[in-house]
Amino acid sequence: MADTYQLSSASLDLLFAALAADGRRILAPTDRDGRSELNPVSSPAQVARDYVQTALSAKETVFPKVEQLLSYTLKPGEVDLADAVPKARPTVLFGIRPCEASAFAALDAVFNWDTRDAFFNARLEQLAVIGMGCTRRDDACFCTSVGGGPGSTKGSDILLTPMAGGYLAEVLTDKGRAIQALAPDAFQPADGAGKAALLADVPAAFDQPALTAKLPALFDSPLWAEQALRCVGCGACAFVCPTCVCFDIQEEADKAGGRRLRAWDSCGYHMFTLHASGHNPRETQGARWRQRVYHKFSYYPERYGKLGCVGCGKCTRACPVDMNLQEHLVEASQVNP
Amino acid sequence: MDLREKAKQLLESGEVKAVLGFEPGTHGTRRPAFARSAARSEKLTFDGEQNLASYVTRKEVKRLGRVALAAKPDTLRALLQLMAERQIKEQDVLPLIEDGAGQVSELAGAEAIEQHLALSPKELKPEDRALLDRLGKMTRQERWDFWQGELARCVKCYACRSSCPMCYCEHCTMDCNRPQWVPVPSHALGNLEYHMTRAMHLAGRCVECGDCGRACPVGIPVHLLTFNAEESVHAQFGQRAGASSKLDYALSTFRPDDKETFIR
Repeated sequence: MADTYQLSSASLDLLFAALAADGRRILAPTDRDGRSELNPVSSPAQVARDYVQTALSAKETVFPKVEQLLSYTLKPGEVDLADAVPKARPTVLFGIRPCEASAFAALDAVFNWDTRDAFFNARLEQLAVIGMGCTRRDDACFCTSVGGGPGSTKGSDILLTPMAGGYLAEVLTDKGRAIQALAPDAFQPADGAGKAALLADVPAAFDQPALTAKLPALFDSPLWAEQALRCVGCGACAFVCPTCVCFDIQEEADKAGGRRLRAWDSCGYHMFTLHASGHNPRETQGARWRQRVYHKFSYYPERYGKLGCVGCGKCTRACPVDMNLQEHLVEASQVNP
Repeated sequence: MDLREKAKQLLESGEVKAVLGFEPGTHGTRRPAFARSAARSEKLTFDGEQNLASYVTRKEVKRLGRVALAAKPDTLRALLQLMAERQIKEQDVLPLIEDGAGQVSELAGAEAIEQHLALSPKELKPEDRALLDRLGKMTRQERWDFWQGELARCVKCYACRSSCPMCYCEHCTMDCNRPQWVPVPSHALGNLEYHMTRAMHLAGRCVECGDCGRACPVGIPVHLLTFNAEESVHAQFGQRAGASSKLDYALSTFRPDDKETFIR
């Protein structure tokens, strides 16, 4: 059970100052040309006021777009190998939405599946999340269809919900309590009974368990190719997605040495799963679009017991041709196998 | 006859296998739509921004057969350029145009497209012209700093490449790995080499529709790079991409009377 407090707008300055004094970097949504993006901030005044979502996701804080895994130098008869040390620093993610906060669990499912990924874990351990409940939503949002909600506490260490004069603050974890202890005066005891009334209304759009149960039988449906006709095959959806975890390993080397990098990859690309023989089991955009849907709604639940989608709608907003994920899932829910 | 009626007629007669237009999308936007049956053409409209010519070279679309498409001037330019570069045959596509009264007519064949386009010379949007002028007035260092700042935000999702009607290469240089010409990861060098290569490859070929810039999920004005290259070709050689279905490409044309002496 969360401890519930009230945090006045003025005491947010106190909290930011305390976090900075503790040596923590604060990342929060800031405005840029009509979009919002995560940037380091030092005061609450810099934080975007009127955002539904940042364009990119917070996954880059634990899974950056490029990261060096190792490097080596070559000398005659000799290879000098050096493991990269992850550059993790104490970071507070302020103001990300509950959907995104819950997405770290989906990343964790892969990065700690069999081997514990040193880079991901080093960053995650240094990360604390102060989520921001949603008082507004847009047409791309569908968190409540995938087990989340505008006030969901999943993945947040502290969840704030905007209310008159400040925020309702739910302190949820040890990391949250450690933050509270940095600025105890900022947190005034309060009753959380009014929370639900503050939140945006996001009715569920489809029955996700029923869809997941039905997907195996829909594998050969012409639906996927039909839906994917307008898809242009870029990686925008995957790169803005807070749960998309596919990566490519690249070697950049010359005669003197080299380095091995991990970089974001996407199932939308035509070279995705292209075999060395030239054969590709997912030869068309329809097959790749189906892979995207199935990975999130069929294979993820099967392997990890959780979904690979949090309903944030970033993919829908980023798509140059409006491949609206929610709409496509509703359509899939309605067809008969 | 409006677009819906026209689409219905074309699909029912079997003249085309699909009609590409636009339909209402998420939060009031318009998005590309494929109507493959008369029933699906009910929502079709001309009202949308994307350059639908980017679809006609996709293999999934080519497999459908002949397609008609709601064509704006930039779409027509892209179709002509694709014909000039022998990526589509004029009989593969049927451009449809709409007049001020909402009446739709066919522009069958390259010649009809060329004549139609000759009536409306290419003009850049005032905001793009202003941005290009601003960049043109910068010192080299300022321009470098501007693009370093912009490209640092690039995540290399290739939405710009995928949305571009002239980026049809089945095996893009960016995807070559034997040898690997350009670094794949989205670090400073990888981003810079990608955008520079793309701008150079589109010099003299860019129809200046701006779809690459519109597609960018983080809002980088990448279209200014190819616009600048295209404007430079226009200024120096008097050519514009998409004016003719006959290839006349400044960067791959040799003429004995070239104004530059080094090439003669």
